[in-house]
Amino acid sequence: MKYQFSNCGKLLEICKKNKLPISQVAIRREMELFGKSKPLVRNKMKEVRNAMWHAIQKGIKTTTKSKYGLVGTSAGKVYAGVKKSGSMLHSKVAIRAMAYALATTEQNARMGRIVAFPTAGGSGVVPGVLFSTFEHMKSSKRKMLNALFTASAIGIAVLEHDGTISAAKAGCQAEVGVGTAMAAAGVTEMREGTPEQCVNAAALALKNMLGLACDPLGGLVEVPCVKRNAIGASIALAASDMSMLGVESFVPMDEVVEAMMNISATMNESIRETALGGLAITPTGFRVREKMGLPPVPKEYLKKTPTKKCGNCKGCN
Amino acid sequence: MLVSIFDVAGPIMVGPSSSHTAGACKIGQIARALFNGTPTEADFYLYGSFATVYQGHATDKALLAGVMRFLTNDPRLKKAFEIAREKGLKYKFVPVKIDSPEHHPNTVRIILKNKSRQVSLVGSSIGGGKIKITFINDVPVDLEMIAGRFFSLLIGHDNEPSNILHPLYGKLIDWHIPIAGKQTICDVRNKKKCLTTLNIEGSYLKLLQVLELEKLSGIDFVRSLTKLLK
Repeated sequence: MKYQFSNCGKLLEICKKNKLPISQVAIRREMELFGKSKPLVRNKMKEVRNAMWHAIQKGIKTTTKSKYGLVGTSAGKVYAGVKKSGSMLHSKVAIRAMAYALATTEQNARMGRIVAFPTAGGSGVVPGVLFSTFEHMKSSKRKMLNALFTASAIGIAVLEHDGTISAAKAGCQAEVGVGTAMAAAGVTEMREGTPEQCVNAAALALKNMLGLACDPLGGLVEVPCVKRNAIGASIALAASDMSMLGVESFVPMDEVVEAMMNISATMNESIRETALGGLAITPTGFRVREKMGLPPVPKEYLKKTPTKKCGNCKGCN
Repeated sequence: MLVSIFDVAGPIMVGPSSSHTAGACKIGQIARALFNGTPTEADFYLYGSFATVYQGHATDKALLAGVMRFLTNDPRLKKAFEIAREKGLKYKFVPVKIDSPEHHPNTVRIILKNKSRQVSLVGSSIGGGKIKITFINDVPVDLEMIAGRFFSLLIGHDNEPSNILHPLYGKLIDWHIPIAGKQTICDVRNKKKCLTTLNIEGSYLKLLQVLELEKLSGIDFVRSLTKLLK
């Protein structure tokens, strides 16, 4: 088992020892573990890449809303911003990345065909960032494919290091958060960053997503998931830029993953994909529940709203 | 745990949720594969979070689509109800308020029927499109499938004599198919019938081979759950 890695530290060691980029290590690991041939692995990833591109193209053009009308119109609006990027604060690449991320996740909410990369809820960040940068750099399709392999390698390292990609277990930090880290690493390899810079970018990105709650309105994968993917895309680009400019994450990636799992252990179940906390129990969240015909939120979850402090008279008690 | 690249990069699926849509579709596919024929009636009993949010996540459409042998990435999944009506497949969804048979939040009991037979199955979607089958015809089993990597062979057979499966193992050895895991469970009510699940990870059985295994004496049925999941 020459290419087997159990965390990002080991991954970097293997890269250094064999003088290979992360993507090649990921491909060889898959060949070694499952006895697949290289063309087979690459072809399967090509399918993934094509499915992603189709989802983006469809999502940009479609403006129909999702079943309960929560999302469905943002992708087109943001994509229009690419043409007038002179008056925008973000660069063209970032705006296009956000538009693509929105397109993918809105397509998901509309029951379109998407790739769960790493999951359906966090499926927008990786295609958004990678395809936007791919267009900007006019890079080859081969590089695009390698970037996807690098992104998956980070996901594998997270899973192998006793991490998770399930929001029901660790909240949104494990879905959109890990997705952002994967995208940051992938885009850094596409820009010809070293393996160290890729992992460093992933650490910078994931550090910024730590502690994110999974609190979807009405339990639907729509609000806030869709827009979180878009802003995750801009975070991934920022992390990649910082890493390429030589900024190093003080805490290494593996320890960030451990921190993520630490936080998840202290997370209340109300903010772990149950729609019983956070944004889901705001007045807007209640309206969505009512519209869907869901039962009201149990009282024990409602008590947690903080009361206003107003001196020591204790009149409220 | 062995993690494949394509556990992270994938599955390619129809939204909106990997556990409520893709997982549900896979449970439906397994039910249909076990039934091994064309059902005319499909009943779904939904437990836990499947019971409360199934309409918003299109769990109902996904289950029905799976029963009609659609893959998780089939765009026809959206029109599952219309297609089922065209095919003359009657369906019914019953949300059940009580706890699920084995207390997982995303659980469904599927009962498929036609004139000659009936198959029931309980399955849970355990996140990220992974599923688990816990009961088949009320016999407890433990089938776990992660992105189609665990290829299983399901065998219904008589309880006696104890070496009844030996000819079957012999055939598998002749075909160079390794057995990575084995589990036999007997029906509580009908002590004469047992269900064995064989894990033949990494190998692949042809349909003719499955039919050949089915002809062995004392074996009721053999179902290969190999090519279902993508």
